[in-house]
Amino acid sequence: MTLQDVLLAVAGLVAVAGGVAVVTTKQLVRAGLWLVVALGAVAVEFLLLGAEFAAWVQVLIYVGAVVVLLLFAVMLTRAPIGRSSDLDRSVLPAALIGAASGLGLAALFVGVFGQFQVPAPAVGTAERIGDSVFGDWVLPFEVLSILLLAALVGAIVLSRPSAPAPQPDAVAQGNSR
Amino acid sequence: MIRPVIPLVTAALLFGLGAYGVLRRRNTVLVLMSVELMLNAVNLILVTGDTMREKVTGQVFALFVIVIAAAEVGVGLALVLRLFRLRQDINTDQVALDDEPRGDAPSEEPALAGAAAAAPTPDGEQA
Repeated sequence: MTLQDVLLAVAGLVAVAGGVAVVTTKQLVRAGLWLVVALGAVAVEFLLLGAEFAAWVQVLIYVGAVVVLLLFAVMLTRAPIGRSSDLDRSVLPAALIGAASGLGLAALFVGVFGQFQVPAPAVGTAERIGDSVFGDWVLPFEVLSILLLAALVGAIVLSRPSAPAPQPDAVAQGNSR
Repeated sequence: MIRPVIPLVTAALLFGLGAYGVLRRRNTVLVLMSVELMLNAVNLILVTGDTMREKVTGQVFALFVIVIAAAEVGVGLALVLRLFRLRQDINTDQVALDDEPRGDAPSEEPALAGAAAAAPTPDGEQA
């Protein structure tokens, strides 16, 4: 066990503990905050694995944008701030499938890579990733920009206040005028 | 030297937790949070694979997955807000499969003050 192994294990424990809290907490806002812990620990693992650029993108987009969006949704749907009692379904099928997929994959990885060791990666710069993105993967990259634009337009259309179908009170107002 | 099995097992456990959360949770926002956990587990596996192969393809794919996750959560939350405005409830077990909004619920959400204030403008232009 080298130092990096220990740090990876600690960050992994934090990530898994945060994930457990996300899926078990009874308070909606706390679930979002525990998600920050889990995603931040995964970003630390990215750093330890030499993926510096991916780590900062993770912090910026996931912790900075996605979690804030989720908390906004919690606020806009007027979720109760305190404990909620009706958040969960019955535990058995979910626990069965979750444990089977999680522990099964973990056992598979331990069986395949159990004693496998690789040299510690050098801290990567964004240069190699940039070469790769704009060399081999330039077409998917451009398609992704179109996807983002489509998602943006779709989100705006979906959340417009006036529905495409005429609402009853809007029709009534039009008749009264 | 590092052992790639440590982040791989972490990712497997995170994925299992995400699957558990998607199946267990009733609140749509919590389901989206669990989906984010699963996507992050996949990212961790992709980056770990990079470490083992001395390449950056996995990191590039992790970036793509992050971008797609951002798009997904944007559209997903717009859908959640739409559902909440129609039915005053985002419990996935309570979503009726027909088109009729609940009769007793007000059709416009008072909490969305900005949206409600913006609503009369297009109506006024039409009238």
